[in-house]
Amino acid sequence: MTEPMPVAAPRRGALAPAAPTHLSADIVTRARTLIALYPEPRSALIPLCHLAQEQDGWLTPEAMVDIAGLVGVTPGEVFGTASFYDMLHTEPVGKYVVAVCTNIACLLGGAADLLEHAEDSLGVGAGGTTSDGTVTLEEAECLADCDRAPCVQVNHRYVGAQTPESFDQLINELRSGARDADIPAHGTLIRVRRTTGIEADPTAVAEERRVAADARAARDAASHEGGA
Amino acid sequence: MAVTDPPKIITSRMVHDDSYTLERYLATGGYEGLRTALAKTPEAVSAEVDAASLLGRGGAGFPAGRKWSMLRKSPVTYLVVNGDESEPATFKDHLLVERDPHQLVEGVVIAAYALQVSRVFIFLRGEFALGLERVQAALNDAYAHGAVGRDIFGSGFSVDVVVHPGAGAYICGEETALLESLEGKRGFPRIKPPFFPAAIGLYGAPTVVNNVETMSNLPWIMTNGGAAFAALGGGRSTGTRLFALAGHVANPGVFELEMVKTTFNDLINAPVLGGGIPHGRGLKAFIPGGVSAPWFGPDQIDLPLGQDEVAEAGSMLGSGSVVVMDDHTCAVRAAWRITKFFSRESCGQCTPCREGSGWLERIMDRIERGEGREEDLDLLMDACDNISPGVAWPPQQTTICVLGPSIPSSISSAITMFRDEFLVHIKEGGCPYE
Repeated sequence: MTEPMPVAAPRRGALAPAAPTHLSADIVTRARTLIALYPEPRSALIPLCHLAQEQDGWLTPEAMVDIAGLVGVTPGEVFGTASFYDMLHTEPVGKYVVAVCTNIACLLGGAADLLEHAEDSLGVGAGGTTSDGTVTLEEAECLADCDRAPCVQVNHRYVGAQTPESFDQLINELRSGARDADIPAHGTLIRVRRTTGIEADPTAVAEERRVAADARAARDAASHEGGA
Repeated sequence: MAVTDPPKIITSRMVHDDSYTLERYLATGGYEGLRTALAKTPEAVSAEVDAASLLGRGGAGFPAGRKWSMLRKSPVTYLVVNGDESEPATFKDHLLVERDPHQLVEGVVIAAYALQVSRVFIFLRGEFALGLERVQAALNDAYAHGAVGRDIFGSGFSVDVVVHPGAGAYICGEETALLESLEGKRGFPRIKPPFFPAAIGLYGAPTVVNNVETMSNLPWIMTNGGAAFAALGGGRSTGTRLFALAGHVANPGVFELEMVKTTFNDLINAPVLGGGIPHGRGLKAFIPGGVSAPWFGPDQIDLPLGQDEVAEAGSMLGSGSVVVMDDHTCAVRAAWRITKFFSRESCGQCTPCREGSGWLERIMDRIERGEGREEDLDLLMDACDNISPGVAWPPQQTTICVLGPSIPSSISSAITMFRDEFLVHIKEGGCPYE
């Protein structure tokens, strides 16, 4: 990589970026590689939340503090952003998050019955986690696999249309570890790593960063005036 | 009409199990379109896309060439690819990113060259775990092949492409919400004006946002010419398009069809396409372009699959998804589920959408459960009117983005087409289909 790592400037009111204490050295290295792909460090906030979930299975308060330091925002801004998104879990979830879609195409394909069966079979309602901490059941919105309705994903991997019988079989396979090769534990989203950095002319990259920083400063100033 | 047999422009490789690999891509003409493009001037590449009259495949159907020409001149500009496919029952981009990621990458580099941008972000919905891996792997191979990165194929043109995972929010399919999310924030749509991406987009710089399918058409257009693309289809709807067919059909799936030459009847009933409605049942209604679109009844089944043709009939081709409901479907339940979706996915910025979607969901829920009142029908339409005055099509807007005005479509369709069914729910105290 030709560019030095960008250093995230703390925003007004932010704590000075401290060295990460919770995320592992490997995750921090990968995080810095991701940050370098963007003209603005904050753009890596969501990818870093995914990385933190890869380490812990969910997005812990400690991880959010580390992420805040890495991208130059407050921990509150990380939480405030993460809490907007369905895939970022600010409470613990099971090793397997099983999402049953009940949106229109799946509804027409019998999803309501499948979800009811899943709740009975797992002994938890949608949103709940089994007492052994293995499975979190979710009622999902459309997952874009509508020709295989009702659609189910486990840790965001498609497992095809399910019947009540095949669903129970799937849960048994998850619990026994038989699906470990194709379905990693919750949090691991992208197993293929980028093999190149940014190859563009460093002056072009510097110009991108300058324009982005100016735009951010202008917006911060405008919101400051608006709040005064 | 009959089902035509146009060239497969974007699904030609899907017959191969290894369609996502560089080896297969190169063996089937891959990256030839990019070489053709790099031999032309950027202006000539844009002109070719203009000649194709390629309409954006994301939902709004804006001509891609015109979108490009509106990009404000600036030292820093961006191309962002919208792969946040979340409109319910739309699953065509899912197919493209998993099964032909190199085609997407090639299209992206062609567009980047035409626009002379040096950085592209491909925003994919986070739930596409396999798609994210396939596109990242394709990019890694494309960099190594010299098709992305510095001095592409010795042309002197350089561009970096970054895959960016979303994190689960329907609203991020709205292009300004997508840009906010890409900047590491909540997916709150920006107000337009002034925040038209072509003027003030990513990091305040002028930005083109194009859909995955739109990009995937570019390699073929470069290789075969814009005129060959424009010769397919009819009227403003040129070329082929992917239609995602779901619901009560024998053979749901994604079909690449020639626009206008094919009808909804062909798509739903042709043996080589949807294969008709199973169990000997009849057609009750179908949704022609994603759940934001007003519904059609059986009387509209002979409409052509064309953008203007569907718009003139009072709905939209939208995201290219068609949902079929057979005559055993409860219209109240279907409309309730769609309303619940919008209520859940409203970002919460604008009062009519945030509050209105919740009210509508609760009223629809009590009707479906048999606890509705006859006045509820007027109340529903009144609440819809507050979100989108007049409840007309195309809809009026009281909100920052079009999520709000999309909410009334299913409710007003269901009430207009199946008022009796609502009354049966109310009078008999329950759902007649259960």
